[in-house]
Amino acid sequence: MSSEQTRKLIALAAIWAALLFAPYWMAPLGGYTALATRVLVLGLAAMSVNFLLGFTGVLSFGHAAYFGLGAYGAGLTLKFLAPSTPLALLAGMLLGGLCGAILGTLIVRRRGVYFAMVTIAFGQVFYYIAFQWSSLTGGDDGLRGFSRQPIDFGLFKLDILSNANNFYYFVLFCFALVVGAMGFILRSPFGRTMIAIRENERRSRFLGIPVERHIWIAFTLSCFFMGFAGALYALVNNFADPRGLHYSQSGDFVMMAVMGGMRSFWGPLLGAAVFVVLQDYLSSITVNWMSFVGLLFVLVVLFFPRGLLGFIQRSKA
Amino acid sequence: MNVLDINNVTKRFGNLVAVRDVSLGVAKGELCAIIGPNGAGKTTFFNLISGFFPPTAGSIAFDGTDITKLSTHERVTRGMARTFQITEIFPELTVFENVRIAAEVAGGYRLRPWINRSEAAQINQRVEETLKLVSLEARADRLVGELAHGDQRAAEIAMALALKPHLLLLDEPTAGMGDQETYQITQLIRRLHRDSNYTIVLIEHDMRVVFHLADRICVLDQGRMLAQGTPQEIAANETVQAAYLGNAA
Repeated sequence: MSSEQTRKLIALAAIWAALLFAPYWMAPLGGYTALATRVLVLGLAAMSVNFLLGFTGVLSFGHAAYFGLGAYGAGLTLKFLAPSTPLALLAGMLLGGLCGAILGTLIVRRRGVYFAMVTIAFGQVFYYIAFQWSSLTGGDDGLRGFSRQPIDFGLFKLDILSNANNFYYFVLFCFALVVGAMGFILRSPFGRTMIAIRENERRSRFLGIPVERHIWIAFTLSCFFMGFAGALYALVNNFADPRGLHYSQSGDFVMMAVMGGMRSFWGPLLGAAVFVVLQDYLSSITVNWMSFVGLLFVLVVLFFPRGLLGFIQRSKA
Repeated sequence: MNVLDINNVTKRFGNLVAVRDVSLGVAKGELCAIIGPNGAGKTTFFNLISGFFPPTAGSIAFDGTDITKLSTHERVTRGMARTFQITEIFPELTVFENVRIAAEVAGGYRLRPWINRSEAAQINQRVEETLKLVSLEARADRLVGELAHGDQRAAEIAMALALKPHLLLLDEPTAGMGDQETYQITQLIRRLHRDSNYTIVLIEHDMRVVFHLADRICVLDQGRMLAQGTPQEIAANETVQAAYLGNAA
């Protein structure tokens, strides 16, 4: 095994160990378990955005739509269909993913700025639907009146509502499943065609890759991941917010991905952690917390163009 | 049967006629060079063959089937591979990874979310063979973007070869190269043609390369096919000399 592979394995083990013991090391540092849960969920969303941005090379500025659809899908399922957490997650993921699959067919022909603009436009459509359709979605107040349900394993029930640690580990389990799927895909022949498209679209086309179809598949997959993250987010808050569909939320996800490092698989998780922790800390001091996050973002982009994780990796190498 | 049959193709861009009523047949195993002054329509002609855009009129047949309306990737799937005047590669990937993508697509794995061990071994073997063919095996783990220009071109040719093409289109393979690199690429193309029996169509400005390699030379001028024939015939052709070689010599 080469030294680079060894280093990668060690880094991977460190990341998982940090996540696995987060409820124990966060408290002494002034954090709390629910904060770690939020980092995981928003990190998963940022990683889903980056699946497209960092590994296929197309920038979606409307991915919050699929995140929000996932949240509403989960919330509506819990509220009206069945009190089942797994079913809610499945429904949220399907709603986000299927809407992404359908709209993706219209979006993937565009490139660059046009791609970003079209994704914003479609995203805003969902935002206004959620905002206006008060009877179903609760409108501006958001969707309330549901809560995550205990997971029924037959022999025993896992309480994820009142026990913060149980819920954290449940979310970590879900996170691991989706992140595992992402990593698996990126290491496959299909994943390598995504990277090929990112690197050089013309060359990809002249290697026999139908570029639009492959971007569509990557877009759809990322929307499924995004819907799943959104469904988890509804469970975190026991609430679905129309602002979760808004393009400014999409911007936050892109910011997390770029700040953490969009060329690295784990970068967006680090970006999300920095974003969420800063938000939590600064918003208790000032309502203008976003100015400080924005300032940090600008500094990172100026001085660490490969993001925080890219910088850490480079200084180690 | 010809590998490539081009019948009376024309390409207009607004008022400009870039390619005018050109026909060309390329037999299996032949090496055909296209020459002509700048702006003669050589690259446009290549783009028509490879499906970058459709012709305004005329038809193109590949291996006996009409491909005029097929997209680029469908033509590649049928066995047509090309390189570009300005090298098109995946700069941030290694030489090995560049060629592996081509080999996996050619092997029909492009939509697969997994690859098993024996398939991966086959692909790796194919990549190593291809790298050996273009003498890049020692640089397999280098990033393509960091290689010398000549090696980047060789890597691009390797990607094309990994597709196992029936027809190889090379757009100015020696563009921007020094004498040593030009010599190496020329030897490589000669090996591909003589030893591996590839059917090749290439555009080239360097007359030494053209006369050294080609079985047949086609001269384009202002979008028209001025003449075609063996290197001896072209060298003796007075129209060609007047329009092209005369100025150059």
